[in-house]
Amino acid sequence: MTFPAATGRLFSDPSANAAREFFRTKPRALRDKVMSVADAVRDLVRDGDYLAIGGFGADRIPTAAVHEIVRQRKQNLSFAGHTATHDFQILCAGNLTGRGQTLARVDVAYIVGLEARGLSPHARRVMESGTVECTEWTNYTLAVRLKAAAMGLPFLPCRSMLGTDTFRHSAAKIITCPFTGETLLALPALYPDVAIIHVHEADRFGNCRIRGTTVADLDLARAAKRVIITCERLIPNEEIRREPSLTAIPFFCVDAVCEVPFGSYPGNMPGEYFSDEEHLQLWLKMEEDEEQYRQFLHHYLFEPKDFNDYLQRCGGLERLRRLRAQELLLHQGR
Amino acid sequence: MAAARYNAMELMICAAAQMLEDGRSVTVGTGAPCAAAMLAQRTTAPNLLIFFEAGGVAPLLPTMPISVGDSRTFYRGLMATSMADVMETCQRGMMDYAFLGGAQIDAFGNLNSTMIGQNYARPKVRFPGSGGANDLASLCWRVIVLTNHDRRRFVEKVDFITTPGYLSGPGAREAAGLPPGCGPYRVITDLAVMGFDESSKRMKVLSLHPGVDRKQVEERTGFPLLWADPIDETSPPSDEALRILREEVDPHRYLIGRC
Repeated sequence: MTFPAATGRLFSDPSANAAREFFRTKPRALRDKVMSVADAVRDLVRDGDYLAIGGFGADRIPTAAVHEIVRQRKQNLSFAGHTATHDFQILCAGNLTGRGQTLARVDVAYIVGLEARGLSPHARRVMESGTVECTEWTNYTLAVRLKAAAMGLPFLPCRSMLGTDTFRHSAAKIITCPFTGETLLALPALYPDVAIIHVHEADRFGNCRIRGTTVADLDLARAAKRVIITCERLIPNEEIRREPSLTAIPFFCVDAVCEVPFGSYPGNMPGEYFSDEEHLQLWLKMEEDEEQYRQFLHHYLFEPKDFNDYLQRCGGLERLRRLRAQELLLHQGR
Repeated sequence: MAAARYNAMELMICAAAQMLEDGRSVTVGTGAPCAAAMLAQRTTAPNLLIFFEAGGVAPLLPTMPISVGDSRTFYRGLMATSMADVMETCQRGMMDYAFLGGAQIDAFGNLNSTMIGQNYARPKVRFPGSGGANDLASLCWRVIVLTNHDRRRFVEKVDFITTPGYLSGPGAREAAGLPPGCGPYRVITDLAVMGFDESSKRMKVLSLHPGVDRKQVEERTGFPLLWADPIDETSPPSDEALRILREEVDPHRYLIGRC
Protein backbone atom coordinates (compact mmCIF):
# COMPACT_ATOMS: atom_id res chain seq x y z
CA MET A 1 0.00 0.00 0.00
CA THR A 2 1.42 3.39 -0.92
CA PHE A 3 0.37 6.70 0.51
CA PRO A 4 0.31 10.05 -1.26
CA ALA A 5 3.12 12.40 -0.24
CA ALA A 6 2.42 15.22 2.16
CA THR A 7 1.60 18.54 0.50
CA GLY A 8 2.29 21.09 3.25
CA ARG A 9 5.03 23.67 2.84
CA LEU A 10 8.14 23.71 5.02
CA PHE A 11 8.52 27.20 6.51
CA SER A 12 12.10 26.82 7.79
CA ASP A 13 15.41 25.36 6.63
CA PRO A 14 16.10 21.94 8.22
CA SER A 15 19.75 21.93 7.14
CA ALA A 16 22.00 20.93 10.02
CA ASN A 17 25.05 22.28 8.20
CA ALA A 18 23.46 25.69 7.75
CA ALA A 19 22.61 25.68 11.47
CA ARG A 20 26.19 24.75 12.36
CA GLU A 21 27.48 27.70 10.36
CA PHE A 22 25.16 29.97 12.36
CA PHE A 23 26.00 28.48 15.74
CA ARG A 24 29.72 28.69 14.89
CA THR A 25 29.42 32.47 15.21
CA LYS A 26 27.09 32.60 18.22
CA PRO A 27 28.91 34.30 21.16
CA ARG A 28 30.04 32.02 23.99
CA ALA A 29 31.42 34.64 26.35
CA LEU A 30 29.81 35.23 29.74
CA ARG A 31 28.40 38.69 29.26
CA ASP A 32 25.63 40.69 30.86
CA LYS A 33 22.50 40.27 28.72
CA VAL A 34 19.99 42.07 30.90
CA MET A 35 17.82 44.47 28.94
CA SER A 36 14.23 45.71 28.69
CA VAL A 37 11.60 43.64 26.91
CA ALA A 38 11.14 46.48 24.41
CA ASP A 39 14.84 46.47 23.54
CA ALA A 40 15.04 42.68 23.34
CA VAL A 41 12.09 42.48 20.94
CA ARG A 42 13.38 45.45 18.90
CA ASP A 43 16.84 43.92 18.50
CA LEU A 44 16.13 40.21 18.29
CA VAL A 45 12.72 39.75 16.61
CA ARG A 46 12.90 40.72 12.94
CA ASP A 47 10.22 41.03 10.29
CA GLY A 48 9.94 37.74 8.42
CA ASP A 49 11.41 35.71 11.30
CA TYR A 50 10.37 32.23 12.32
CA LEU A 51 9.17 32.65 15.93
CA ALA A 52 8.58 30.01 18.62
CA ILE A 53 7.29 30.55 22.15
CA GLY A 54 7.83 28.40 25.23
CA GLY A 55 5.41 27.09 27.82
CA PHE A 56 2.20 25.16 27.31
CA GLY A 57 -1.13 26.81 26.57
CA ALA A 58 -1.28 29.83 28.83
CA ASP A 59 1.10 28.22 31.31
CA ARG A 60 4.55 29.79 31.74
CA ILE A 61 4.26 32.02 28.68
CA PRO A 62 6.29 35.21 28.04
CA THR A 63 3.25 37.48 27.83
CA ALA A 64 5.18 40.76 28.05
CA ALA A 65 7.33 39.91 25.02
CA VAL A 66 4.33 38.75 22.98
CA HIS A 67 2.56 42.05 23.74
CA GLU A 68 5.69 43.88 22.63
CA ILE A 69 5.83 42.02 19.29
CA VAL A 70 2.32 43.24 18.46
CA ARG A 71 2.97 46.74 19.86
CA GLN A 72 6.10 47.10 17.74
CA ARG A 73 4.17 45.94 14.67
CA LYS A 74 6.49 43.11 13.77
CA GLN A 75 5.38 41.79 10.36
CA ASN A 76 5.25 38.66 8.26
CA LEU A 77 6.25 36.15 10.95
CA SER A 78 6.26 32.38 10.71
CA PHE A 79 5.13 30.83 13.97
CA ALA A 80 5.36 27.44 15.67
CA GLY A 81 1.78 26.90 16.86
CA HIS A 82 2.84 24.38 19.47
CA THR A 83 0.19 24.25 22.21
CA ALA A 84 -0.27 27.97 21.58
CA THR A 85 -3.34 29.45 23.28
CA HIS A 86 -3.24 32.91 24.83
CA ASP A 87 0.10 33.68 23.18
CA PHE A 88 -1.43 32.86 19.79
CA GLN A 89 -4.47 34.95 20.67
CA ILE A 90 -2.22 37.95 21.38
CA LEU A 91 -0.27 37.50 18.13
CA CYS A 92 -3.57 37.38 16.21
CA ALA A 93 -4.21 40.93 17.47
CA GLY A 94 -1.61 41.92 14.85
CA ASN A 95 -3.79 40.55 12.01
CA LEU A 96 -7.05 42.04 10.61
CA THR A 97 -6.90 44.97 13.04
CA GLY A 98 -5.46 47.59 10.70
CA ARG A 99 -1.87 46.99 11.79
CA GLY A 100 -0.59 45.04 8.80
CA GLN A 101 0.00 41.32 9.22
CA THR A 102 1.97 39.98 12.15
CA LEU A 103 1.31 36.30 11.40
CA ALA A 104 1.89 35.09 7.84
CA ARG A 105 2.68 31.37 8.22
CA VAL A 106 1.84 28.92 10.99
CA ASP A 107 3.04 25.40 11.71
CA VAL A 108 -0.10 24.16 13.44
CA ALA A 109 -0.21 21.68 16.27
CA TYR A 110 -2.68 23.55 18.48
CA ILE A 111 -3.96 27.07 17.75
CA VAL A 112 -7.19 29.11 17.96
CA GLY A 113 -8.44 27.37 21.12
CA LEU A 114 -7.83 28.13 24.79
CA GLU A 115 -8.30 24.53 25.89
CA ALA A 116 -11.41 24.09 28.05
CA ARG A 117 -12.12 27.85 27.93
CA GLY A 118 -13.30 27.74 24.32
CA LEU A 119 -12.23 29.05 20.90
CA SER A 120 -10.92 32.57 20.31
CA PRO A 121 -13.35 34.41 17.97
CA HIS A 122 -10.63 36.70 16.60
CA ALA A 123 -8.10 33.90 16.08
CA ARG A 124 -10.84 32.10 14.18
CA ARG A 125 -11.46 35.20 12.02
CA VAL A 126 -7.76 35.33 11.23
CA MET A 127 -7.36 31.64 10.49
CA GLU A 128 -10.60 31.39 8.47
CA SER A 129 -9.70 34.44 6.35
CA GLY A 130 -7.26 32.50 4.16
CA THR A 131 -4.53 35.10 4.74
CA VAL A 132 -2.31 32.90 6.91
CA GLU A 133 -0.65 29.89 5.32
CA CYS A 134 -0.71 26.73 7.44
CA THR A 135 1.06 23.40 7.60
CA GLU A 136 -0.29 20.78 10.01
CA TRP A 137 1.66 18.90 12.67
CA THR A 138 0.95 17.57 16.16
CA ASN A 139 2.20 18.48 19.62
CA TYR A 140 4.66 15.59 19.70
CA THR A 141 5.87 15.93 16.12
CA LEU A 142 6.63 19.64 16.59
CA ALA A 143 8.48 18.71 19.80
CA VAL A 144 10.45 16.10 17.82
CA ARG A 145 11.30 18.71 15.17
CA LEU A 146 12.77 20.92 17.89
CA LYS A 147 14.56 17.93 19.40
CA ALA A 148 16.16 17.12 16.01
CA ALA A 149 17.42 20.71 15.81
CA ALA A 150 18.66 20.63 19.41
CA MET A 151 20.59 17.47 18.46
CA GLY A 152 22.10 19.23 15.45
CA LEU A 153 20.39 16.87 12.99
CA PRO A 154 18.35 17.53 9.84
CA PHE A 155 15.54 15.14 10.84
CA LEU A 156 14.32 12.54 13.32
CA PRO A 157 11.89 9.66 12.82
CA CYS A 158 8.79 8.96 14.88
CA ARG A 159 5.72 6.70 14.69
CA SER A 160 2.90 9.21 14.98
CA MET A 161 0.73 11.09 12.43
CA LEU A 162 0.85 8.28 9.82
CA GLY A 163 -2.23 7.61 7.66
CA THR A 164 -4.11 10.81 8.51
CA ASP A 165 -5.03 14.13 6.87
CA THR A 166 -2.80 15.75 9.47
CA PHE A 167 0.09 13.98 7.73
CA ARG A 168 -1.26 14.88 4.26
CA HIS A 169 -1.19 18.60 5.16
CA SER A 170 2.20 18.39 6.89
CA ALA A 171 5.66 18.61 5.33
CA ALA A 172 6.83 15.30 6.81
CA LYS A 173 7.96 12.35 4.72
CA ILE A 174 7.48 8.60 4.91
CA ILE A 175 10.68 6.57 5.19
CA THR A 176 11.61 2.94 5.66
CA CYS A 177 13.71 1.98 8.64
CA PRO A 178 17.09 0.77 7.31
CA PHE A 179 17.30 -1.85 10.09
CA THR A 180 13.78 -3.28 10.48
CA GLY A 181 12.06 -2.32 7.23
CA GLU A 182 9.24 -0.66 9.19
CA THR A 183 7.46 2.44 7.93
CA LEU A 184 8.37 5.59 9.86
CA LEU A 185 7.57 9.28 9.73
CA ALA A 186 10.56 11.55 9.06
CA LEU A 187 10.29 14.97 10.66
CA PRO A 188 12.39 17.88 9.42
CA ALA A 189 14.39 19.68 12.11
CA LEU A 190 12.97 23.04 13.17
CA TYR A 191 15.59 25.71 13.81
CA PRO A 192 13.54 28.82 14.74
CA ASP A 193 15.11 32.24 14.08
CA VAL A 194 14.00 33.40 17.48
CA ALA A 195 12.50 31.79 20.59
CA ILE A 196 11.03 33.48 23.64
CA ILE A 197 10.79 31.52 26.88
CA HIS A 198 9.55 32.57 30.32
CA VAL A 199 11.37 30.98 33.27
CA HIS A 200 11.34 31.27 37.04
CA GLU A 201 14.91 32.43 37.59
CA ALA A 202 17.86 33.50 35.47
CA ASP A 203 21.21 35.11 36.14
CA ARG A 204 22.44 38.11 34.15
CA PHE A 205 24.22 35.83 31.67
CA GLY A 206 21.11 33.76 30.86
CA ASN A 207 21.54 30.62 32.95
CA CYS A 208 17.94 29.61 33.66
CA ARG A 209 15.97 27.59 36.17
CA ILE A 210 12.47 26.23 35.51
CA ARG A 211 10.12 24.69 38.06
CA GLY A 212 7.52 22.20 36.92
CA THR A 213 7.03 20.75 33.47
CA THR A 214 9.47 21.81 30.79
CA VAL A 215 7.17 21.03 27.80
CA ALA A 216 9.54 21.41 24.78
CA ASP A 217 11.51 24.35 26.14
CA LEU A 218 14.85 22.68 26.80
CA ASP A 219 15.05 21.65 23.15
CA LEU A 220 13.55 24.94 21.96
CA ALA A 221 16.25 26.97 23.72
CA ARG A 222 18.95 24.87 22.07
CA ALA A 223 17.28 24.75 18.63
CA ALA A 224 16.63 28.47 18.18
CA LYS A 225 19.21 30.80 16.67
CA ARG A 226 18.29 33.68 18.98
CA VAL A 227 16.73 33.27 22.43
CA ILE A 228 15.00 35.87 24.58
CA ILE A 229 14.46 34.87 28.20
CA THR A 230 11.93 36.62 30.39
CA CYS A 231 12.16 35.64 34.05
CA GLU A 232 10.17 36.10 37.23
CA ARG A 233 13.36 37.23 38.98
CA LEU A 234 17.04 37.70 38.42
CA ILE A 235 19.30 35.69 40.70
CA PRO A 236 23.04 36.01 41.33
CA ASN A 237 25.46 33.96 39.26
CA GLU A 238 26.84 32.52 42.54
CA GLU A 239 23.45 30.89 43.12
CA ILE A 240 23.66 29.17 39.71
CA ARG A 241 27.19 27.97 40.50
CA ARG A 242 26.08 26.73 43.93
CA GLU A 243 23.76 24.17 42.31
CA PRO A 244 24.51 23.72 38.58
CA SER A 245 22.25 20.67 38.35
CA LEU A 246 19.29 23.06 38.45
CA THR A 247 20.33 24.89 35.27
CA ALA A 248 17.76 24.00 32.60
CA ILE A 249 18.92 26.41 29.89
CA PRO A 250 22.61 27.40 29.71
CA PHE A 251 23.72 30.99 29.09
CA PHE A 252 25.38 30.28 25.74
CA CYS A 253 21.96 29.61 24.18
CA VAL A 254 20.62 32.96 25.39
CA ASP A 255 20.80 36.43 23.81
CA ALA A 256 18.68 38.55 26.15
CA VAL A 257 17.51 38.36 29.75
CA CYS A 258 14.50 40.46 30.79
CA GLU A 259 13.25 40.53 34.35
CA VAL A 260 9.43 40.54 34.25
CA PRO A 261 7.75 39.73 37.57
CA PHE A 262 4.36 38.09 36.99
CA GLY A 263 5.48 37.78 33.38
CA SER A 264 3.23 34.81 32.54
CA TYR A 265 0.07 36.67 33.63
CA PRO A 266 -2.79 36.08 32.78
CA GLY A 267 -1.38 32.60 32.44
CA ASN A 268 -0.30 30.26 35.21
CA MET A 269 3.25 30.20 36.61
CA PRO A 270 3.93 27.02 38.61
CA GLY A 271 4.56 27.73 42.27
CA GLU A 272 4.02 31.48 41.74
CA TYR A 273 0.48 32.37 40.64
CA PHE A 274 -2.52 30.72 39.01
CA SER A 275 -4.11 31.80 35.71
CA ASP A 276 -6.55 34.73 35.79
CA GLU A 277 -9.59 32.99 34.38
CA GLU A 278 -11.76 36.14 34.59
CA HIS A 279 -9.33 38.12 32.44
CA LEU A 280 -8.99 35.29 29.92
CA GLN A 281 -12.78 35.08 29.69
CA LEU A 282 -12.90 38.84 29.15
CA TRP A 283 -10.53 38.53 26.16
CA LEU A 284 -12.75 35.84 24.62
CA LYS A 285 -15.90 37.87 25.25
CA MET A 286 -14.50 41.13 23.89
CA GLU A 287 -13.32 39.41 20.69
CA GLU A 288 -16.90 38.60 19.73
CA ASP A 289 -17.53 42.14 18.46
CA GLU A 290 -14.79 43.69 16.31
CA GLU A 291 -15.32 47.30 17.39
CA GLN A 292 -15.50 46.35 21.05
CA TYR A 293 -12.35 44.25 20.56
CA ARG A 294 -10.47 47.21 19.05
CA GLN A 295 -11.27 49.31 22.14
CA PHE A 296 -10.26 46.44 24.40
CA LEU A 297 -6.92 46.08 22.60
CA HIS A 298 -6.33 49.81 22.85
CA HIS A 299 -6.86 49.77 26.61
CA TYR A 300 -4.97 46.59 27.46
CA LEU A 301 -2.34 46.26 24.73
CA PHE A 302 -1.53 49.48 22.87
CA GLU A 303 -2.03 52.16 25.50
CA PRO A 304 -0.07 50.58 28.40
CA LYS A 305 3.48 51.91 28.40
CA ASP A 306 4.87 48.61 29.66
CA PHE A 307 3.87 45.28 31.20
CA ASN A 308 3.56 46.71 34.69
CA ASP A 309 1.06 49.23 33.36
CA TYR A 310 -0.92 46.31 31.89
CA LEU A 311 -0.83 44.51 35.26
CA GLN A 312 -2.13 47.67 36.95
CA ARG A 313 -5.04 47.83 34.51
CA CYS A 314 -5.83 44.18 35.31
CA GLY A 315 -6.10 44.80 39.05
CA GLY A 316 -2.48 45.20 40.09
CA LEU A 317 -0.95 43.76 43.21
CA GLU A 318 -4.26 42.90 44.87
CA ARG A 319 -5.32 40.77 41.92
CA LEU A 320 -1.89 39.11 41.75
CA ARG A 321 -1.96 38.40 45.48
CA ARG A 322 -5.24 36.53 45.03
CA LEU A 323 -3.84 34.53 42.11
CA ARG A 324 -0.85 33.59 44.25
CA ALA A 325 -3.12 32.38 47.04
CA GLN A 326 -5.02 30.35 44.48
CA GLU A 327 -1.82 28.81 43.11
CA LEU A 328 -0.66 27.87 46.61
CA LEU A 329 -4.12 26.48 47.47
CA LEU A 330 -4.19 28.73 50.54
CA HIS A 331 -7.99 28.81 50.53
CA GLN A 332 -7.92 25.04 51.03
CA GLY A 333 -6.14 25.46 54.33
CA ARG A 334 -2.77 24.31 53.06
CA MET B 1 -34.18 7.58 33.44
CA ALA B 2 -34.19 6.94 37.20
CA ALA B 3 -35.63 10.23 38.39
CA ALA B 4 -32.71 12.61 38.74
CA ARG B 5 -30.42 10.37 40.82
CA TYR B 6 -27.71 11.32 38.34
CA ASN B 7 -27.43 13.20 35.06
CA ALA B 8 -25.95 12.14 31.71
CA MET B 9 -22.55 13.73 32.35
CA GLU B 10 -22.27 12.00 35.72
CA LEU B 11 -23.09 8.69 34.08
CA MET B 12 -20.48 9.25 31.33
CA ILE B 13 -17.76 10.11 33.82
CA CYS B 14 -18.59 7.14 36.05
CA ALA B 15 -18.70 4.75 33.07
CA ALA B 16 -15.31 6.01 31.91
CA ALA B 17 -13.84 5.71 35.41
CA GLN B 18 -14.96 2.06 35.60
CA MET B 19 -12.99 1.24 32.45
CA LEU B 20 -9.68 2.26 33.98
CA GLU B 21 -8.15 -0.76 35.69
CA ASP B 22 -5.95 -0.35 38.71
CA GLY B 23 -2.23 -0.38 37.98
CA ARG B 24 -2.67 0.83 34.40
CA SER B 25 -1.46 4.06 32.83
CA VAL B 26 -3.60 6.76 31.24
CA THR B 27 -3.04 10.10 29.56
CA VAL B 28 -5.86 12.54 30.16
CA GLY B 29 -6.80 16.03 29.14
CA THR B 30 -8.93 18.51 31.03
CA GLY B 31 -12.67 18.21 31.57
CA ALA B 32 -14.60 14.93 31.70
CA PRO B 33 -11.59 12.63 31.03
CA CYS B 34 -9.72 14.19 33.91
CA ALA B 35 -12.76 13.85 36.16
CA ALA B 36 -12.98 10.15 35.21
CA ALA B 37 -9.33 9.57 36.07
CA MET B 38 -9.68 11.44 39.38
CA LEU B 39 -12.77 9.43 40.24
CA ALA B 40 -11.07 6.14 39.35
CA GLN B 41 -8.05 7.13 41.46
CA ARG B 42 -10.36 7.73 44.44
CA THR B 43 -12.46 4.55 43.97
CA THR B 44 -11.52 1.44 41.99
CA ALA B 45 -8.02 2.30 40.76
CA PRO B 46 -5.91 3.88 43.52
CA ASN B 47 -2.75 2.89 41.64
CA LEU B 48 -3.83 4.41 38.34
CA LEU B 49 -0.81 6.10 36.80
CA ILE B 50 -1.98 9.44 35.40
CA PHE B 51 -0.04 11.40 32.78
CA PHE B 52 -0.64 14.82 31.26
CA GLU B 53 0.94 15.44 27.87
CA ALA B 54 2.68 18.67 28.92
CA GLY B 55 4.83 16.62 31.30
CA GLY B 56 2.87 16.05 34.53
CA VAL B 57 3.34 12.51 35.90
CA ALA B 58 1.39 10.81 38.71
CA PRO B 59 -0.11 13.91 40.35
CA LEU B 60 -2.41 13.70 43.35
CA LEU B 61 -4.89 16.07 41.74
CA PRO B 62 -6.20 18.55 44.31
CA THR B 63 -8.74 20.06 41.91
CA MET B 64 -9.41 19.65 38.23
CA PRO B 65 -6.80 21.37 36.08
CA ILE B 66 -7.94 24.09 33.68
CA SER B 67 -5.05 23.48 31.30
CA VAL B 68 -3.24 20.26 30.37
CA GLY B 69 -0.08 22.08 31.42
CA ASP B 70 -1.13 23.98 34.53
CA SER B 71 0.48 23.43 37.90
CA ARG B 72 -2.30 21.09 39.07
CA THR B 73 -1.12 18.51 36.52
CA PHE B 74 1.99 17.76 38.58
CA TYR B 75 0.71 18.74 42.03
CA ARG B 76 2.35 16.35 44.50
CA GLY B 77 3.33 14.32 41.43
CA LEU B 78 6.26 11.97 41.03
CA MET B 79 7.80 13.88 38.13
CA ALA B 80 7.44 17.07 36.15
CA THR B 81 9.04 16.33 32.79
CA SER B 82 8.79 17.25 29.11
CA MET B 83 6.11 16.59 26.53
CA ALA B 84 8.50 14.42 24.50
CA ASP B 85 9.19 12.28 27.59
CA VAL B 86 5.45 11.60 28.03
CA MET B 87 4.86 10.96 24.32
CA GLU B 88 7.91 8.69 24.13
CA THR B 89 6.54 6.72 27.08
CA CYS B 90 3.53 6.16 24.80
CA GLN B 91 5.77 5.35 21.82
CA ARG B 92 7.66 2.73 23.89
CA GLY B 93 4.33 1.01 24.57
CA MET B 94 3.83 1.91 28.23
CA MET B 95 0.60 3.92 27.89
CA ASP B 96 -2.51 1.76 28.25
CA TYR B 97 -5.23 4.37 27.81
CA ALA B 98 -5.77 7.80 26.33
CA PHE B 99 -8.94 9.85 26.47
CA LEU B 100 -9.88 11.97 23.46
CA GLY B 101 -12.73 14.03 22.05
CA GLY B 102 -13.36 15.78 18.76
CA ALA B 103 -15.77 17.80 16.65
CA GLN B 104 -16.55 14.83 14.41
CA ILE B 105 -16.16 11.05 14.64
CA ASP B 106 -16.87 8.40 11.97
CA ALA B 107 -17.74 4.69 12.09
CA PHE B 108 -14.04 3.72 12.25
CA GLY B 109 -13.39 6.06 15.18
CA ASN B 110 -11.43 8.59 13.13
CA LEU B 111 -11.60 12.02 14.77
CA ASN B 112 -11.67 15.54 13.36
CA SER B 113 -10.54 18.47 15.49
CA THR B 114 -8.97 20.51 12.66
CA MET B 115 -11.63 22.09 10.46
CA ILE B 116 -15.14 22.02 9.03
CA GLY B 117 -15.37 22.50 5.28
CA GLN B 118 -13.81 21.03 2.14
CA ASN B 119 -11.17 23.67 1.35
CA TYR B 120 -8.20 23.41 3.69
CA ALA B 121 -6.96 26.91 2.80
CA ARG B 122 -10.37 28.48 3.57
CA PRO B 123 -12.00 26.46 6.35
CA LYS B 124 -15.62 27.20 7.25
CA VAL B 125 -14.66 26.67 10.87
CA ARG B 126 -11.08 26.40 12.03
CA PHE B 127 -10.60 24.25 15.13
CA PRO B 128 -7.35 23.92 17.12
CA GLY B 129 -5.88 20.97 15.20
CA SER B 130 -4.40 17.79 16.61
CA GLY B 131 -2.76 19.08 19.74
CA GLY B 132 -1.51 15.81 21.17
CA ALA B 133 -4.56 13.81 20.07
CA ASN B 134 -3.04 12.31 16.92
CA ASP B 135 0.09 11.28 18.84
CA LEU B 136 -1.87 9.67 21.66
CA ALA B 137 -4.21 7.82 19.28
CA SER B 138 -1.20 6.65 17.27
CA LEU B 139 0.88 5.49 20.21
CA CYS B 140 -1.35 4.43 23.16
CA TRP B 141 -2.82 0.92 23.34
CA ARG B 142 -6.46 1.86 23.88
CA VAL B 143 -8.24 5.10 23.07
CA ILE B 144 -11.47 6.03 24.83
CA VAL B 145 -13.55 8.81 23.29
CA LEU B 146 -15.93 10.83 25.44
CA THR B 147 -18.40 12.93 23.50
CA ASN B 148 -22.00 14.05 23.14
CA HIS B 149 -24.10 11.97 20.81
CA ASP B 150 -25.56 13.92 17.90
CA ARG B 151 -25.77 13.72 14.10
CA ARG B 152 -23.45 16.66 13.49
CA ARG B 153 -20.75 14.82 15.40
CA PHE B 154 -21.35 11.19 14.41
CA VAL B 155 -20.86 11.49 10.66
CA GLU B 156 -20.35 9.04 7.78
CA LYS B 157 -17.18 10.86 6.70
CA VAL B 158 -15.24 13.34 8.80
CA ASP B 159 -14.16 16.51 6.95
CA PHE B 160 -10.55 15.95 8.06
CA ILE B 161 -8.92 12.94 9.71
CA THR B 162 -6.98 14.75 12.41
CA THR B 163 -6.51 11.69 14.57
CA PRO B 164 -6.44 8.07 13.47
CA GLY B 165 -9.16 5.63 14.42
CA TYR B 166 -9.09 2.50 12.28
CA LEU B 167 -8.63 4.80 9.21
CA SER B 168 -10.32 3.02 6.25
CA GLY B 169 -10.87 -0.28 8.07
CA PRO B 170 -9.14 -3.52 9.07
CA GLY B 171 -5.36 -3.45 8.60
CA ALA B 172 -5.26 0.22 7.54
CA ARG B 173 -3.41 1.44 10.64
CA GLU B 174 -0.71 -1.18 10.28
CA ALA B 175 -0.44 -0.57 6.52
CA ALA B 176 0.10 3.14 7.23
CA GLY B 177 2.96 2.24 9.56
CA LEU B 178 1.25 2.86 12.89
CA PRO B 179 2.29 0.53 15.73
CA PRO B 180 0.22 -2.67 15.59
CA GLY B 181 -2.34 -3.76 18.15
CA CYS B 182 -3.76 -0.42 19.19
CA GLY B 183 -6.65 1.84 18.24
CA PRO B 184 -9.99 3.13 19.47
CA TYR B 185 -11.43 0.99 22.24
CA ARG B 186 -14.62 2.61 23.54
CA VAL B 187 -16.82 5.59 22.71
CA ILE B 188 -18.85 6.83 25.66
CA THR B 189 -21.70 9.25 24.93
CA ASP B 190 -24.73 10.60 26.74
CA LEU B 191 -26.74 7.71 25.20
CA ALA B 192 -24.58 4.61 25.02
CA VAL B 193 -21.24 2.87 25.26
CA MET B 194 -19.79 1.67 21.97
CA GLY B 195 -16.85 -0.49 20.99
CA PHE B 196 -15.50 -1.59 17.62
CA ASP B 197 -16.30 -4.81 15.78
CA GLU B 198 -13.33 -7.20 15.79
CA SER B 199 -13.44 -8.01 12.06
CA SER B 200 -14.89 -4.90 10.37
CA LYS B 201 -13.47 -2.33 12.86
CA ARG B 202 -16.78 -0.45 12.65
CA MET B 203 -18.45 1.11 15.66
CA LYS B 204 -20.69 -1.27 17.59
CA VAL B 205 -23.13 -0.42 20.37
CA LEU B 206 -22.34 -2.46 23.49
CA SER B 207 -24.69 -0.96 26.06
CA LEU B 208 -27.49 1.59 26.23
CA HIS B 209 -27.73 3.91 29.19
CA PRO B 210 -30.74 3.32 31.46
CA GLY B 211 -33.89 4.70 29.81
CA VAL B 212 -32.33 5.05 26.33
CA ASP B 213 -33.70 3.02 23.41
CA ARG B 214 -32.16 1.85 20.16
CA LYS B 215 -34.14 4.28 18.00
CA GLN B 216 -32.84 7.31 19.88
CA VAL B 217 -29.25 6.22 19.25
CA GLU B 218 -29.92 5.56 15.55
CA GLU B 219 -31.61 8.93 15.11
CA ARG B 220 -28.63 10.72 16.55
CA THR B 221 -25.98 8.82 14.55
CA GLY B 222 -25.13 9.73 10.94
CA PHE B 223 -23.94 6.24 9.93
CA PRO B 224 -25.19 2.64 10.33
CA LEU B 225 -24.18 1.18 13.69
CA LEU B 226 -23.50 -2.43 14.53
CA TRP B 227 -25.25 -3.81 17.61
CA ALA B 228 -24.02 -6.33 20.14
CA ASP B 229 -26.42 -9.19 20.79
CA PRO B 230 -27.69 -8.96 23.43
CA ILE B 231 -27.38 -5.26 24.20
CA ASP B 232 -26.47 -4.59 27.82
CA GLU B 233 -27.67 -1.73 29.96
CA THR B 234 -24.86 0.56 31.09
CA SER B 235 -24.29 0.08 34.84
CA PRO B 236 -25.67 3.11 36.64
CA PRO B 237 -23.21 4.92 38.91
CA SER B 238 -23.04 3.75 42.51
CA ASP B 239 -24.05 6.14 45.30
CA GLU B 240 -20.46 6.13 46.51
CA ALA B 241 -19.08 7.06 43.07
CA LEU B 242 -21.63 9.87 42.75
CA ARG B 243 -20.76 11.19 46.20
CA ILE B 244 -17.04 11.31 45.45
CA LEU B 245 -17.64 12.82 42.02
CA ARG B 246 -19.83 15.58 43.50
CA GLU B 247 -17.94 16.26 46.71
CA GLU B 248 -14.29 15.72 45.78
CA VAL B 249 -13.81 15.63 42.02
CA ASP B 250 -16.09 18.42 40.83
CA PRO B 251 -17.35 20.24 43.92
CA HIS B 252 -18.06 23.42 41.95
CA ARG B 253 -20.01 21.39 39.39
CA TYR B 254 -18.11 22.88 36.46
CA LEU B 255 -18.71 19.71 34.49
CA ILE B 256 -21.53 17.83 36.09
CA GLY B 257 -23.61 20.93 36.69
CA ARG B 258 -23.87 21.72 33.00
CA CYS B 259 -26.17 18.84 32.11
